[in-house]
Amino acid sequence: MSNASSAPQHSTALPNGWEMVVGLEVHVELDTKTKLFSASPNRFGDEPNTNIDPVTLGLPGALPVLNKHAVELAIRLGLALNCTVQPSTFHRKNYFYQDMPKAYQISQYDQPINIDGFMMLPGDVRIGIERAHLEEDTGKSTHIGGTSGRIHGSDYSLVDFNRAGVPLVEIVSRPDIRNSDQARQYVAELRSILLAVGASDAKMEEGSMRCDVNVSVRKPGEPFGTRCEIKNVNSIRAVGKAIDYEARRQIDVLESGGTIRQETRHWDDSEGRTHTLRTKEDADDYRYFLEPDLVLLDPDQAWIESIRASLPMLPAARRAQLATLTGANKESESVYVIVERGQDEYVSAVAQAGGDAARALVYVQQAFAEEGSTPKVAASDIATLTQMERDAKITATQAKTILSEMVANGGGDPVAIAAVKGFEALDTSAVEAMVDAAIAQQADAWSKFCAGEEKAMGALVGAIMKASQGKADGKVVTAILQARRTQ
Amino acid sequence: MSTPPTGSNPARITSEVVAKVAKLASLQLSEAELELMTSQLSGMLDHFADIDKLNLSNVAPLAQPFPLKNVFREDVVVAGVDRDEVLAAAPAAQEGRFRVPPSSGLGEQ
Amino acid sequence: MTQPFATVVDIARDIASGNTSAVEVLEHHLARINEREHDIHAFNLVTTEQARATAQQVDADIKAGKKLGPLAGVPIALKDNMCTRGIETTCSSKILEGWKPPYDATVVTRLQQAGAVMVGKTNLDEFAMGSSTENSAFGPTKNPLDTTRVPGGSSGGSAAAVAAGFAAASLGSDTGGSIRQPASLCGLVGVKPTYGLVSRQGIVAFASSLDQVGPFTHTVADAALMMEVIGGHDPLDSTSLPQPMPSLTSVLGQGVTGLRIGRLADMPDGCEPEVLARMDAAYAALQAAGATIVDISLPSLSYCLTAYYLVAPAEASSNLARYDGVRYGMRVETADLHSMYGATRAAGFGAEVKRRIMLGTYALSAGYFDAYYGKALKVRRLIANDFAAAYEKCDVILTPTSPTVAFPLGDKTSDPLTMYLCDIFTIPTNLAGHAAMSVPFGTGAHNMPVGVQVLAPALGEPTMFRVAAELERAS
Repeated sequence: MSNASSAPQHSTALPNGWEMVVGLEVHVELDTKTKLFSASPNRFGDEPNTNIDPVTLGLPGALPVLNKHAVELAIRLGLALNCTVQPSTFHRKNYFYQDMPKAYQISQYDQPINIDGFMMLPGDVRIGIERAHLEEDTGKSTHIGGTSGRIHGSDYSLVDFNRAGVPLVEIVSRPDIRNSDQARQYVAELRSILLAVGASDAKMEEGSMRCDVNVSVRKPGEPFGTRCEIKNVNSIRAVGKAIDYEARRQIDVLESGGTIRQETRHWDDSEGRTHTLRTKEDADDYRYFLEPDLVLLDPDQAWIESIRASLPMLPAARRAQLATLTGANKESESVYVIVERGQDEYVSAVAQAGGDAARALVYVQQAFAEEGSTPKVAASDIATLTQMERDAKITATQAKTILSEMVANGGGDPVAIAAVKGFEALDTSAVEAMVDAAIAQQADAWSKFCAGEEKAMGALVGAIMKASQGKADGKVVTAILQARRTQ
Repeated sequence: MSTPPTGSNPARITSEVVAKVAKLASLQLSEAELELMTSQLSGMLDHFADIDKLNLSNVAPLAQPFPLKNVFREDVVVAGVDRDEVLAAAPAAQEGRFRVPPSSGLGEQ
Repeated sequence: MTQPFATVVDIARDIASGNTSAVEVLEHHLARINEREHDIHAFNLVTTEQARATAQQVDADIKAGKKLGPLAGVPIALKDNMCTRGIETTCSSKILEGWKPPYDATVVTRLQQAGAVMVGKTNLDEFAMGSSTENSAFGPTKNPLDTTRVPGGSSGGSAAAVAAGFAAASLGSDTGGSIRQPASLCGLVGVKPTYGLVSRQGIVAFASSLDQVGPFTHTVADAALMMEVIGGHDPLDSTSLPQPMPSLTSVLGQGVTGLRIGRLADMPDGCEPEVLARMDAAYAALQAAGATIVDISLPSLSYCLTAYYLVAPAEASSNLARYDGVRYGMRVETADLHSMYGATRAAGFGAEVKRRIMLGTYALSAGYFDAYYGKALKVRRLIANDFAAAYEKCDVILTPTSPTVAFPLGDKTSDPLTMYLCDIFTIPTNLAGHAAMSVPFGTGAHNMPVGVQVLAPALGEPTMFRVAAELERAS
């Protein structure tokens, strides 16, 4: 679900004029049938060590061969992020760990496949994307014994290599993010784009999308401060919390005269804080060198262009289109939600059937949360419903009731439902009469309202709605009351 | 980039550096081995200093003999190895997984 | 040169024609193994039962009139760094002692499909690092022609197995000369193919951009046949050449008229005079057969040793990092992961392997990469350029394979650098990725064999084999 807000108003602004500088590194698992360099299955949730082969296990003599579909998905993803796709090479990143079967990871180093892209966030904020490169995933360790299932104090570890060799793309943003809202928007939008192009199912809860956050602070105009990398950020919400915590931690250190140590920190979601994981001095020298078992990856222009032509309309374009159709702001929550759910085509169908697009947007957002991208309710029936409200044949409240029933029944004729329920909107003169009656009966409330107490209107409106048995349109009632006040 | 030590007398590589390299390579060396390794590596590196004479500024590195490109595999599952066969050959296995002693956490990526 | 042992071509023909049976041929070879293996130690493992089962199957197939592969019934030995499913593959290292791969190397599958009978896995310098097979964790192999001397390395066991008549042919691997040098020291034909012509899938990696697999045989014709069986594109090896395997058996009679033979204008020091004398005889023989001798130079030749001893250990340090005690092989159990790594690798690897891992790790490490590994790759470019220039003037190049004949056991083990100098003529070919082979050409000091090396440009195997065949005729 999108956590985008309609305007970048930040409620947790940093004190004393500090500014945070944030970059995100997001790893996504590609949605291929097999692994990046071997024909083992790429599947989540299977019994441990059942999706393995000599390449996966790093057996002596095993050699990698590149998965063409993984390359295609990496190019799709890169183009969707406005990157340049270029000839690329693979390098070995050498380090020892139990989930590293070869004691090196095959990754891309100085010549990655996708470079120099960008993503737009609400408010026309442009976040640069430095690179999006291919690499293989590691196995998974479970730490047994000890108190919290974490490494420190465990008795032993068990390793499952099902995930080892799964294709990843690592997407590295430029440090253009300036607050935690933007960071959350970035991750949410990235996820939408990945789903739209079919590159990944991007489920943070399953680990098919993982975020590492780089945070530093500075006074605006000064050079970038020392940054810390934060790992174990496992949800979009945690992205925001971790960033806000870390920025404040760094400010506290600097304001009390300390310096920031460049290090990797671990986000503890239950405690709401970060701890040191390892310092720069502990960091490995990865001894990157060109992978001798692989050859140059040089997709030709024809292939790249055919991939570009096959991309679907991306979320940003769909939001713009929906906004134009409905008159809503393209950064509004309802536009985001509808596109996120994939229901924009449905809204468009309602409009094509003669319905009121703006109302359709509201209805679908309100009532179609569980419907998915192909709702069972016929678009033409929703169109009719919007017309009934637009033409004041029913009130907004009545429309909402009819809508709920249509959704619950998987369809229905709104005219018939309205008739059965005895819904009809009162015409304006009838409403005016009811307003005048209420003014007479609720003299106390009326004089308070005339004196400027807006809250007093509530009692008047309530009385009128009750008297009309819901057939008065609340907006019309309010408008008449306000008009009477100025008379 | 720091330049390797040169000069008439000093060892081409020191035992401090050798100890660091041994750590990177996950090779436990005894004191005696460390000393012998330092002198042997130093001797070799002395010999290998012959390439320092060459002017290599306009020479492109050659990492692989031939410029092959675009070697791919189709995204189709091929049967792998049997888990039981593999775990039977493992030094330690438990619950279908490879068992290892605990790490101090520094390696976690 | 008289041939005491039956060749691959002869055995295959005799079995196919019914003159003898696969079982009979195998038993002859097993008898020779029984008689001399304890002196020579060519094998880490003799696979008697499996060999008998395979030979029986070949004979049954013949009886049933089935179509036979080109190597049906031929006894073959494999260097113990080639994965053989369910059969120990140790690389002559304690760290893999007892390890049985769950899969076969591509070349092993191709030999099986050709009907070959594997008699055993041969000894080598540990992880193919060495030039004498004295670095094996399981004891050295002796040269069958003089058991006080080394057979060469690292494929010493594979060379000895053929030289002693234990197998009609064998496979070795060559990273800096590890097929050609033992071939020269044991009086055999040994081929290092163009890089990428023979699949590396299932071959335990030493230096990935240099390793190639090739045959040891008694004759050039045998080597051509073996190459045609094992060579050719493999989709499981990304560095496998896409071009089709050239025909070699068909070119052997074509002679050398009109070919230009390159001769090194400035030879490195250190060659025994008898080796140089055999080289002169080789040039003379080729000239007499209609070839022209052309002087060429390879200015970067003397720097190749340095380039090799930086590039190969660098790649090896990465290739051997997987031996960490986690998933297979030896483990020294300790209280924590990182000390387990350190202790396992300390106990599992021999001194030469540790030295090369250290050298390679250093050459790749931060602050030293440009000075060592980076520079070495540039020298590699220089030698490739030198070869390109030379091959404009000649079709093949001839050099000694080894500066000396087989040396006594223990002669070069005190200083690693002395051993490295064995490979000065063979290393350049690996760096450039070209083809080269050693052809036995008479004897030198102590009546030990001398090999002549024929070098050819990439995919120049047909020309190379033509010249080799002529040398064999003249030898």
